[in-house]
Amino acid sequence: MQAGELITTDQQGRSGNEADIQLAYDVLEEVMDPEVPVVSVMDLGIVRDVSWANGHLNVVVTPTYSGCPATEYIETSIRDALHEAGFSHPKVLQRLDPAWTTDWITEQGRNRLKAYGIAPPVGSSNKRSLLSGVTQVECPNCGSDDTEQLSEFGSTACKSLYRCKSCLEPFDYFKCI
Amino acid sequence: MTKYDELTEFLLRLGDSSLIHAQRLCEWTGRAPALEEEMGMMNVGLDLVGQARNWYEYAAERINDGTDADALAFRRDERAFRNLLLVEQPNGDFAVTMTKQFFFDAWQFHLLTLLKDAKDERIAAIAAKSLKEVTYHLRRSSQWVERLGDGTEESHQRMEKAIDVLWRFTFELVEKSDTELALSESGSIPALTELPEQWRATVNEVFAKATLTVPDAPSTFYLSARTGMHSEHLGILLAEMQFLQRAYPDASW
Repeated sequence: MQAGELITTDQQGRSGNEADIQLAYDVLEEVMDPEVPVVSVMDLGIVRDVSWANGHLNVVVTPTYSGCPATEYIETSIRDALHEAGFSHPKVLQRLDPAWTTDWITEQGRNRLKAYGIAPPVGSSNKRSLLSGVTQVECPNCGSDDTEQLSEFGSTACKSLYRCKSCLEPFDYFKCI
Repeated sequence: MTKYDELTEFLLRLGDSSLIHAQRLCEWTGRAPALEEEMGMMNVGLDLVGQARNWYEYAAERINDGTDADALAFRRDERAFRNLLLVEQPNGDFAVTMTKQFFFDAWQFHLLTLLKDAKDERIAAIAAKSLKEVTYHLRRSSQWVERLGDGTEESHQRMEKAIDVLWRFTFELVEKSDTELALSESGSIPALTELPEQWRATVNEVFAKATLTVPDAPSTFYLSARTGMHSEHLGILLAEMQFLQRAYPDASW
């Protein structure tokens, strides 16, 4: 139990009803990924559960990659944002199973990635597509399918580096896992 | 109660192998043959450090004497490390690094595929998560082995040399272990009897495409990471990796 949990009351006197949970979700919609600041933690699909227990809010988060350096930062951002919204001692819990998959990125998240210049993951994360690799990635800049992979790994663990052969622009592709 | 038992040993073997391999990959920072490859190696290393942390956190909870993942990584001596001999070997040239990566990736891939169905839920969860990352690693290293083996005369020769340097350490990837046998008998992990054959099959398949010859089965020798008898290279690696935490305990920034 964290310090202050027993006697600190919720600043807004929240009781964990449906409206409070909804408010928490609204707050989470505004917590952005530090490396791709246009997508929220909700867009990424890493928030797995929001619930109320013993007078406090619990948020369950599934990390994207094992070694993602943003994991702790994201957890702190979530806590800070919720605290700011009046939740006292919100808890962020980590859950590994089931493992995060790019299939959980929302439609809105995919559109935002694309608008930001990052090609969203193509297809589903089944084993076959992982092993054989992606065949066709659409250029987020000009929409051409005539692209090639420059490097299996890009600027962060979750991306690989591509180049468009039509507009000649290099771009990041969000890998499918 | 302190549980430094067979399961903990097994967790350390997984964590140590990932961490030491990642540390070796870091040595390429600033000197990889191409920027893309440097990013690739650092990304793979990052995944492995994350995986090591997951295994260490579980191990630390079981040991339960106040230790934590950091202490396991930075405050144990050479003889306490359980990593594969293979991963502590020096990087050599790019051919040695990629061959080492490929042997390790193939081992991890098949091992994690088995472990993701472990009855121990924590092991199953970490394995399933890691497997997604390792699948990418294996794809990349297989492609490099193929490209270098079936490349120029020089790249082919360098690959043959690399295999010659590393092959003898692969006995650990295919040997039977009492620890793992006991763990599978007690039901916490699945039987790993298929692992040696699966590893060999992947090596055979990729080497065939790479026009490389698979050497005869390696024989066991007196070194064994299972007992902490490492090659001379691990101590030097640890001296560098652990320096900061040894000199300034609990330093943080």
